[in-house]
Amino acid sequence: MTAPTLIFGWGNPSRGDDALGPLFVEHFAELARRHPEWGEVECLTDFQLQVEHALDLQGRRRVLFVDASIDAPAPYSLTRIEAARDASFTTHAMSPQAVLRVFTDIEDEPPPAWLLAIRGLHFELGEGLGAAAREHLAAALLAAVEWIQDRPTD
Amino acid sequence: MTFELETATHPEQLRRVAIEPVSRVEGHGKVTILLDDDNKVHQVRLHIVEFRGFEKFIQGRPYWEVPVMVQRLCGICPVSHHLAASKALDMVMGVKQLTPTAEKMRRLMHYGQMLQSHALHFFHLSSPDLLFGFGSDVASRNIVGVAAAHPEVAKKGVLLRKYGQEVIRMTAGKRVHGTGSIPGGVNKSLSAEERAELLKDAYQMVAWSREAVAIIRGLFEQNLAQYNAFGRFRSASMCMVRADGAMDLYHGGLRARDIDGKPLFDHFDYSRYWEVISEGVKPWSYMKFPFFNSLGPDDGSYRVGPLSRVTMCDSIPTPLADKEREDFLAYDGGSAAGATLGYHWARMIEMLHAAESIKDLLHDDDIVGSELMATGERQERGVGVIEAPRGTLIHHYRVDENDQVIRANLIVSTTHNNQAMNTAVREVAKQYLDGREITEGLLNHIEVAIRAFDPCLSCATHALGQMPLEAAIVGADGSVIDSVMRDHRGLTRET
Repeated sequence: MTAPTLIFGWGNPSRGDDALGPLFVEHFAELARRHPEWGEVECLTDFQLQVEHALDLQGRRRVLFVDASIDAPAPYSLTRIEAARDASFTTHAMSPQAVLRVFTDIEDEPPPAWLLAIRGLHFELGEGLGAAAREHLAAALLAAVEWIQDRPTD
Repeated sequence: MTFELETATHPEQLRRVAIEPVSRVEGHGKVTILLDDDNKVHQVRLHIVEFRGFEKFIQGRPYWEVPVMVQRLCGICPVSHHLAASKALDMVMGVKQLTPTAEKMRRLMHYGQMLQSHALHFFHLSSPDLLFGFGSDVASRNIVGVAAAHPEVAKKGVLLRKYGQEVIRMTAGKRVHGTGSIPGGVNKSLSAEERAELLKDAYQMVAWSREAVAIIRGLFEQNLAQYNAFGRFRSASMCMVRADGAMDLYHGGLRARDIDGKPLFDHFDYSRYWEVISEGVKPWSYMKFPFFNSLGPDDGSYRVGPLSRVTMCDSIPTPLADKEREDFLAYDGGSAAGATLGYHWARMIEMLHAAESIKDLLHDDDIVGSELMATGERQERGVGVIEAPRGTLIHHYRVDENDQVIRANLIVSTTHNNQAMNTAVREVAKQYLDGREITEGLLNHIEVAIRAFDPCLSCATHALGQMPLEAAIVGADGSVIDSVMRDHRGLTRET
């Protein structure tokens, strides 16, 4: 059975603060294991969002997309998002809004979705996560705990 | 020596149009065009901010880590780097022959990558241009427009891509950062359940791939004159072929032909690639310009990728794809085989070959075998070459006595195609921009030429028209005379 809650983070773990998405998912998966009252939660990561990820939205009741952002306010922003045609269509790295739109095109109404954009500063190949990004990650995890507690799936 | 339109005689007297997309993590490209007061084109250059830091990223690492870590060089084709590095490090381990299970698992992974990459490129990156026209309304020239007008096309593209990703997941062991291929072999074979799961849809993928070949053939038939002439130029070519001359995307010898199609070398042992290829530099580009040593830097540039592979191989070892190859080569007296947009047709033939190969491998019992590793006598150097979705990919490592990589050299497909892409862009500039006022639709013609090669930077170049972009025409005194701006909503305005 498909888990009603999907947490989807993306980024390249070897490009400095771009690792924020995958790292967030790693930590949140551990939290979800310790909180069965949140219900079933599936945690997925990838390098980039692409068209096939629309299929990961099938059967979900809520979705949280998580990415590093160079222009989000520090430490993070958490916003409800809708399906949209935007700048990322026909690129190798789609936005979550565009993925929702693909779902609309090939399936039906997408599940409710939010974007957690964690502020990153440095994205060079071979760099580790920066000190500021670590603080932003911790704050974002707290926000996500509130998010999942405040939005029951049933 | 410089090529036609590479360097203007008096650039200080000309106006400059810059097409510079912004991309956060992958390499990005920029096109600059110098025009005189009558909009006559004097200089066109495609600049690529290459994958700087690759070698530094790898040096000092234990060699057995390399096949996993190189997947992080590029978010677009991590499996290609995974396999090329594994092949190079097979050589370091002294392994000359993999076990049948290991080789077939790697091939299955590679065909999965080829299927998903080609499907994404055709159905989602290029079909908007091809289905709606190169200069069509930017608002519909995207995958949403395709989904609205051709919903089955868009959905099949998603499902083909997803299937390829599933093949990768089951062969590499993980959805991302797979560890399936390791120096000397693989660390897993398919389980009976995985094999059955993939077989369920394998025939459907072959059928949809055949339909995709029919779509691009139909587009050529509808637009023959334009497609044949668009960015057309003659070029030398290189690819890897099997011992009998057949297409082999995973292993073989190097084959090269000159601009007239005459053989330059054939079945050349790629572990000595530097004897036939050198990398030139130009002061205006970060990216190197490879050339054939026998022809020199002035005349030795070449192209790689689907068009080179399909036109240079003697056959394709799967029947449906081979029939399509024959039809492609014969079509209109062979005209499509020499067209820049012929890359799209060749790419779909390769996707069909990948789908057929996946189906065949899933019926091969070696794919569930248990002999995964081979051994040999340790060497200090290894070279691995595969035919990646975008073309020939070379990984070359030296490893010291402490098992650390002390030297790495990577020549990626997009680098091989550097001169060819520049030439295609110049041809299009001559054909479409010369003497005309620059518009978004005309600029998109430049991008269509670049996209035909599916370069790694296409994540950036393809975004033109949707991602932030400013094309400014600057006078000799530095003042902005005119500009074309496209913002994040994909709008176009001129100021």
